Amino acid sequence: MTTVASKRKRSAPPRWWLYVALTIGFVAVVMPFVWMILGSFKSKGELLQVPPTWWPQSPTLDNYRDLFDKESFLRYFANSTFVAVAVTIGNLIFCSMVGYALAKLTFRGKKLVFTLVIGTLLIPGMVTFVPLFVLVANLGMVDSYPGLILPFLVTPFGVFLMRQFIVGLPDELLDAGRVDGASELRIFRQIILPLCGPGLATLGILTFLGSWNNFLWPLVVAQTQEYYTLPVALALFSTGQNVTNYGLLLAGATVVVVPIVIVFIIFQRRFIEGIATTGIK
Amino acid sequence: MSNPAPARGHEGSAVQVADNSSTARRRRGGAKGSPSRRGRGSAVQSKAAWILSLPFLLLFSVFTAWPVISSLYMSFTDIKARDLRSPFAVSFVGLDNFARVFGDETFRKAAFNTAYFVIIGVPLTLGIALAAALALDKGITRFRTVFRVGYFTPVVTSIVAVAVVWRFLLQPDSGLVNTVLGWVGISGPDWLGSTTWSMPSLIAMASWRNFGTAMIIFLAGLQSVPLMLHEAAAIDGASTWQRFRHITLPLLRPTLLFVSITTGVGYLQFFEEPLVMTRGGPLDSTISMSMYTYKQFGFGNYGFAAATSYVLFVIVVALTAAQFRIFRSNT
Repeated sequence: MTTVASKRKRSAPPRWWLYVALTIGFVAVVMPFVWMILGSFKSKGELLQVPPTWWPQSPTLDNYRDLFDKESFLRYFANSTFVAVAVTIGNLIFCSMVGYALAKLTFRGKKLVFTLVIGTLLIPGMVTFVPLFVLVANLGMVDSYPGLILPFLVTPFGVFLMRQFIVGLPDELLDAGRVDGASELRIFRQIILPLCGPGLATLGILTFLGSWNNFLWPLVVAQTQEYYTLPVALALFSTGQNVTNYGLLLAGATVVVVPIVIVFIIFQRRFIEGIATTGIK
Repeated sequence: MSNPAPARGHEGSAVQVADNSSTARRRRGGAKGSPSRRGRGSAVQSKAAWILSLPFLLLFSVFTAWPVISSLYMSFTDIKARDLRSPFAVSFVGLDNFARVFGDETFRKAAFNTAYFVIIGVPLTLGIALAAALALDKGITRFRTVFRVGYFTPVVTSIVAVAVVWRFLLQPDSGLVNTVLGWVGISGPDWLGSTTWSMPSLIAMASWRNFGTAMIIFLAGLQSVPLMLHEAAAIDGASTWQRFRHITLPLLRPTLLFVSITTGVGYLQFFEEPLVMTRGGPLDSTISMSMYTYKQFGFGNYGFAAATSYVLFVIVVALTAAQFRIFRSNT
């Protein structure tokens, strides 16, 4: 009785002030993106006006035209997509394989492999950055797709995520497969993988996102325009001769941000679950 | 900081991980008695496990393990960019690099800036995240998903794109921020061009960009706070603040410490924000430790750069260990 009564009482006041506060926060968080998109349709002159305008006074597509016709943003877009897809596929396949071995198989050296995986999660990116570049340079992979892709094809994080997911799958399924005489590799392919959907989705989304936004490595490895990814192109733009061409920069930023935000909104539940589970577990 | 997710995954789980595998082993061993069967099975399993791990181990050894070891070695040598083609010209210099690191004034400046960033940035990010999570968890009933998605959006966006937009927003004359401040009679400074305001600007931007992650983890942590406790306390006349202070906060403690470790480790490595916003300036007022390493790499001082990166590594490990200690002794 009391519970019901107190619940009703608790939800009774509409808490309008919380909605107001949350809405102000929402506007503050999202406003830069809205302003970026609106700005990408403004002319160069309008962007330099004081005070700044909010809505484009005479909307124009010139910035996008420049971006794709004069500059080869289509090429950079394709590079970003290709690298991100390759890196994602590699992580999905290789990390789930090791994840299964670490979660469900007993083998000598398992502890060592697992310690390696966990241990490297803490290492700052800067520690491997310099020797990795030396290595890639010595392998002749500077300014090439392998140079952009191979160092990220497997990640300890991915192995860890898949291991955590597969550990939660019931052992009975494996035992059933073993009794039927299936090989371990077949058990992995036909029993484990089909059940890994949610884990693979989370890993795939986080890997794709990381690769799409990756900046430092492509910045040093891609040395000619042929191999620029979007963030590299945009960064070099914003510091090079186009430093004051704000319309072009805002249009470039929009091209980098909007696709990933659309992907995020479509898969937001997976994204958020992924963050929550890897954080909490 | 480039990818917030990887750093996050593991600390909290190390303990649980060990538990899981040992119970699993016990169960398997206990249920199926016959030792001969188990012996045969484990040989087969061993082979399968190594086949499954092979691609990962190969790539991992070449692109992660080797660079880590090689970096340590390089930090004791005077290797430079021009030595790439003639590796035998490199000579061993012992601890010289490390001595130079600590004697370097720019490095000390970078260390100070990094501490500034972490000490102000982590509490700010966590505070915003906790406030948002509390409001979304119990405060409201409608539009929850809209707010959650909106608050998380900056997390998924490229730092380079964000920098383009923020540099524009923070412009002294025509920027939106100073325009809005002008409405209420404040004349805003040249945010990124001032040695006083450049760092606060970067901290604000980093908090804006990263609080969504912490908020999501807090939201998941708040699920584990039983509603019953709140109701019981409410009946006993506890105020909202008292319930937060004495029920929510203690139960949220593991989550709170976990998030502070991961955010702290990420912020210690902050790098991309100054690289794309200020290039470390003005007058090195925003240069960070990672950025210092990157600059030395740019100058071709590979051995010295490796030494600076190991200094950061040791600090990261020390901070994590310290926070783990607090974590263990208090929960």
